[in-house]
Amino acid sequence: MNPTQTTAMTSEPTPSDTLSLPGLEDVYDALASAIDQAGPDKAELFLVKLALLNAQQLGSASLVREHIAVALKDL
Amino acid sequence: MHQPTTEARPSIYYPYQVFAPWLPSAHPPPARQRVVIAGSGPAGMVTALELARHGVPSVVLESELQVSQGSRAIVFTRRSMEILQQVGVAQRMSEQGLPWRFGNSYYRGQRVFRMEAPHDSDDRYFPMLNIQQQYMEEYLLDACAAQPLIDFRWGNKLVQIRQEEGVAHLQIDTPEGPYAMDTDWLVAADGGRSEIRTALGLKMEGASYEGFFVIADIRIDLPLPTERLAFFDPDWNPGNTILMHREPHGIWRVDYQLPPGETPEQALRPASLKARIDAQLAMIGHAGIPWEMDWSSVYSARTLTLPDYVHGRVLFTGDAAHLLPIFGVRGANTAFQDAQALGWQLGCVVKGLAGEKLLANYSAERVGAAREIIDEAGKSTRFMTPPSRGFRLLRDAVLSLSLSQSFVRPLYHWRTSRPHEYSGSVLNSTGDDNALFNAGPAHGAPPRNIRLSADDFLLDHLGGGFDLLYFTEAPALPEALQQVVAGARARGVPLKVIAVGAPGPVAGADLSLPDARGHFRQRYGVPASGAAYLLRPDQHVCARWLTLDAHRLQAALDTALPQ
Repeated sequence: MNPTQTTAMTSEPTPSDTLSLPGLEDVYDALASAIDQAGPDKAELFLVKLALLNAQQLGSASLVREHIAVALKDL
Repeated sequence: MHQPTTEARPSIYYPYQVFAPWLPSAHPPPARQRVVIAGSGPAGMVTALELARHGVPSVVLESELQVSQGSRAIVFTRRSMEILQQVGVAQRMSEQGLPWRFGNSYYRGQRVFRMEAPHDSDDRYFPMLNIQQQYMEEYLLDACAAQPLIDFRWGNKLVQIRQEEGVAHLQIDTPEGPYAMDTDWLVAADGGRSEIRTALGLKMEGASYEGFFVIADIRIDLPLPTERLAFFDPDWNPGNTILMHREPHGIWRVDYQLPPGETPEQALRPASLKARIDAQLAMIGHAGIPWEMDWSSVYSARTLTLPDYVHGRVLFTGDAAHLLPIFGVRGANTAFQDAQALGWQLGCVVKGLAGEKLLANYSAERVGAAREIIDEAGKSTRFMTPPSRGFRLLRDAVLSLSLSQSFVRPLYHWRTSRPHEYSGSVLNSTGDDNALFNAGPAHGAPPRNIRLSADDFLLDHLGGGFDLLYFTEAPALPEALQQVVAGARARGVPLKVIAVGAPGPVAGADLSLPDARGHFRQRYGVPASGAAYLLRPDQHVCARWLTLDAHRLQAALDTALPQ
C-alpha cells in the first residue's frame, strides 16, 4: 500500500458530483427561506445573483446553458 | 436656393469662423471630377487628405459655412491619432488635447472597477486623447486648405444624384442657386442622417436601443484628473447610468440616461438639465460649484450598418455607412479607419493601379469591421441600457455582486474602439509565411509601433504607399528584390523599402534603421535576417515572410492590388 492510498482512506469522503438526498433537502429549505427573506421585489434579483455565483463555480458556460435549457422546460 | 446660416454657432469656448460660400458664378464651368466627397466631417476630410497623399484630387462639398455644432466626438484613440498623424494633424491634437488611460466605475459610492488601458513605451500616443470635435475639424480643415489637390466648397449642398454607367450626375445647390457637376466617384460622407443613403433607398441592418441619453457640455472647475467616470444606478437617477469626461478649455461632458418614458424635449428643458446636473455634482461631492452650459443634445444607441458600402459610383463611409453606439468611442474613431481604408483603395483604383475589385474589398473589410463593432458594442450597450427585463435583472445582479465579488467586475469594462484586423482580407498574401511567425502583427493587423529614439517612432516613417520592412544585417538589399521593387515603382505603385537591423545604410533601401539590441526584431517575431513584412498604404500587414524571395514579393504585391 503506497502513502497516497493511505491518505485517501483516512480522510473525509470526497464530495460526489451530485448532492446526497439530505444535501438536496438542505438546499431546498435554504433556497425557500432565502426567497422569502429577499421578498417579492428582490427575489428575482437574488436568484440571478445566485445563478451567476453558481455558474462561476461551475466553470463551464456550456453546462450553464444546459441547465438553462432544462430549467426553461415545462414552465 | 440653399441658404445656410451665416450666424456663428453659439459656444462659450469655441470661436466659430463663418466661411464664405463657394459660388459657381465665380468659377469656370465645372469639369468632370474624379472624386466628389459629400460632407466635411472627420470621414470626409480624412478621405480627401488620404486621396491627396496618393495624388488624387477631390472636391469636398459642405452644405454649412462652419464646423460642427457642439463638441460631439471628444475621445480619440491611439489608432485614430496614428491615422491623423498620417494626414498631418496629430501634432496639433496632442498639443491641445488631454491624454488619459484610466476609467472608473462606481456603484453605491464604491469604485467597483478601474479600467487601466495599457501604454507601451513603444507607443507615441496615449490610449485616449480628449478634445472637442470642432478643434479636430479645424485642424483637418487647415490641412485640407494647405493641400492644392483638395477643392473645398462651403455652402454647397448635394441635392440630386443620377447614376449612369461609369458616372454620377450631381445637382448641387448654393446660396446663388444650383449647378450640375459630373464625377467618376461620389463619396457619401454626409453623416448619420445621410441624405444620400435615403435618396438611394438603402436600408441599414441591426438594432436600435430605446434608452435616451442627454449629452451636456458644461464649463466648471472640478479638481479631478482626466479619467473617465461612470456611475451606475445612483440615488438621483435610479436604474440609470451617468458618464463624465474632462475636455480641454475647462469643459466637462456629462452624459446621463433618461428615465423610461421621458421625451428628449422634456429632458432638454433648462430646468430639467440644471436639476440633474446639480444632482450629479452633489453626488460626487461638488455641490455648489458654479457652472455654465455650453451645448446639450440627446442620443440613443444604435448598432446599424449598411450591408454594402459600394452602390454603383457611390461609396459610403463613416456614420453615413453605419451608426454605432457612443459606448467605447465608436463614432469618429471608426470613421477615421473607414476614411483611411477608402482613401488608399479608391486612390489606387482612380490611378489605375488596381481594378474596381479593390473597392469591393473596401466594402468587405469595413462592413466586417462594423459588424465586429456591433457585436462588441452591443454587449456594452446591453449593460449600459438594458433593453429588456431579463437584461436589466442580469445587469442589476452584476452591480450587486460587484460590491463583494471580483469575478463580475470586468463586466463593467465596455470594450474600447480598436483597429479592426483584416485577417480574412483577400489582399492578404496566400503564399507567405504568416502562420509560421510566433509573434508580431499578423495578416491584416495594424503595425506594432517601435520607439527608435526619444522622439522618433516607426510609424512616423510608414504609410502613404506600400512599405516593405526588410530585416537584414547585409550592406545591400538582394539584387532580385531590388528588381521587383523597381518594377512595381515603374508601374506607379508607391513602395518604400525600410531596412531594419544593419548598423549602416543599406543599398537599395530608402531608409535604414539599426536595431542593435534586437528589440525591433523581437517585437516583429523575426528570428533571423532575410525576414520581411509588407504593409499596405493604411499600414496594415498584408504579407510577412521568414525568408523573403523576389517571386513571393511579386506575388504579394499582385495580390494586394487586384486587377
